[in-house]
Amino acid sequence: MKMENRQPIIRVRNLVKKFGDFVANDNLSFDVQRGEIFGFLGANGAGKTTAIRILCGLSKPTSGEISVAGFDVYHQTDSIKRNIGYMSQKFSLYEDLTVYENIRFYGGIYGMTFREIKTRAVALIEKLGLTRYRDTLIGSLPLGCKQKLAFSVAIFHQPKIVFLDEPTSGVDPVTRRQFWGLIYEAAHNGITVFVTTHYMDEAEYCDRVSIMVDGRIAALDTPAQLIRTYGTANINDVFIKLARNPGLIPAEVQI
Amino acid sequence: MISILAEHLYKNYENVRALDDISFEIGKGELFGFIGPDGAGKTTLFRILTTLILADRGRAIVEDLDVVKDYKKLRMLLGYMPGRFSLYQDLTVEENLQFFASIFGTTIAENYDLVRDIYVQIEPFKKRLAGKLSGGMKQKLALSCAMIHKPVVLVLDEPTTGVDAVSRTEFWEMLKILKTEGITIIVSTPYMDEAGLCDRVALMQHGRIMKIARPEQIIREYRQKLYAVKAENTYQLIEDLKQFPETNTAFPFGQSVHFTPKSDSFDVDSLSAFLAERDHRNIDVRPIGPGIEDCFMELMASQPATVGQGS
Repeated sequence: MKMENRQPIIRVRNLVKKFGDFVANDNLSFDVQRGEIFGFLGANGAGKTTAIRILCGLSKPTSGEISVAGFDVYHQTDSIKRNIGYMSQKFSLYEDLTVYENIRFYGGIYGMTFREIKTRAVALIEKLGLTRYRDTLIGSLPLGCKQKLAFSVAIFHQPKIVFLDEPTSGVDPVTRRQFWGLIYEAAHNGITVFVTTHYMDEAEYCDRVSIMVDGRIAALDTPAQLIRTYGTANINDVFIKLARNPGLIPAEVQI
Repeated sequence: MISILAEHLYKNYENVRALDDISFEIGKGELFGFIGPDGAGKTTLFRILTTLILADRGRAIVEDLDVVKDYKKLRMLLGYMPGRFSLYQDLTVEENLQFFASIFGTTIAENYDLVRDIYVQIEPFKKRLAGKLSGGMKQKLALSCAMIHKPVVLVLDEPTTGVDAVSRTEFWEMLKILKTEGITIIVSTPYMDEAGLCDRVALMQHGRIMKIARPEQIIREYRQKLYAVKAENTYQLIEDLKQFPETNTAFPFGQSVHFTPKSDSFDVDSLSAFLAERDHRNIDVRPIGPGIEDCFMELMASQPATVGQGS
């Protein structure tokens, strides 16, 4: 993705979030560009979930200037929610609804017309190879299949940004790659992808990656550049190096 | 010397076949991995081996004890760490450890040596409620609790799932130390890169074992030619590789795309030329050795397909 001369779709400046005395997000600043696949990595407890909840309009920051899809996270959370999609491993689809019912439900929630839902649902179900399973309950589909459908449903209303929280956890290696095929395609069509994962090879599929350590962004760059900067073989080793040697973390990360 | 023996185990849940003719032997003191995605049958298998559920058919022997007839004796020998965090969230770190020691009729003091290396890392937080620990710390506490009665066999169900890369590395370092105590350890994981840390592994999918071997042997037995392909635009690269007539598989792997050709007579230059024609820049095609994940995918391709694999 070429990113010169464009307005960032997510703009974060000096984001601070405190819970009592605990600083979960300690002065985060970064931009995410339109159509970019942005990897948001960090150790358990580093503050990723807190930041994602703020960007999705679910929680208010303590201080900082943050806009998502052009809307302010303090006052315009409803507009943010209409313009984003969200998917996680834990919550994705309603198990006791069928494939088609799930799509119709999500489309309806986002205010799509019945006609639009119907036309696009048929195309989507066919694309995913699920035509035979249109009226099958989600609960009886294999996990990999569910996750691909969940992603497609999360972007069914054509949001500007989709947030993916560990979307491929526990999925088999082939399906995991088919899933990334869908991510690439969405980004190619201009949807910005904001993704967290514990599979470090997946971090390398991102256009840029940020790594959080102890509430701060310790590094942010393209995967290739991070690997060069830290002189490691892959992103996994960059991650381990930064988490184990907080001394290596620069005071200011270039955004 | 055999520690765990399974013979033709089957298990169905209503109309889902969870285990489909599972057999294996695991030696005493072995660090043995069951590698596979969710739904492969790993948890079902571990619950049978730990006497928590019954197989429909087949038998399993652990430390010369039958998992059905001798379940009471066997339970004293087993340390089990279930996949879902199952400690008492409203007890402190220390209280949890004390609780598990006392139900096995022992004390923390008696077996402290065994858990010391792990427990010292969470000891500064011993007055904290277990529910308030971070993922990596929960995992260390759960392992300490599974170890505190000095088990002969340790059964760890996806101990590293959802845990960050640093804690995962540390966890495997702890297992290596425990292995020196002569404990038999079986561990399941969906992370293929962890296979290399085991003595032997079983690669599982849809309730079946596709292969059991030492990790290096699995890699040796990979049959295809494998290439790492790089170009500037990965999305376009994958799309174009799908159009290349010689392509058998093309899957992204970290910084490159792993490519297997349909025939062994494949000519590397023909691929480079094909990509250059489609305006790719900085094209790099080189033969590489496979990892466990490549092997897993090759084995998957030789298994019957399931629903929804289209597109």
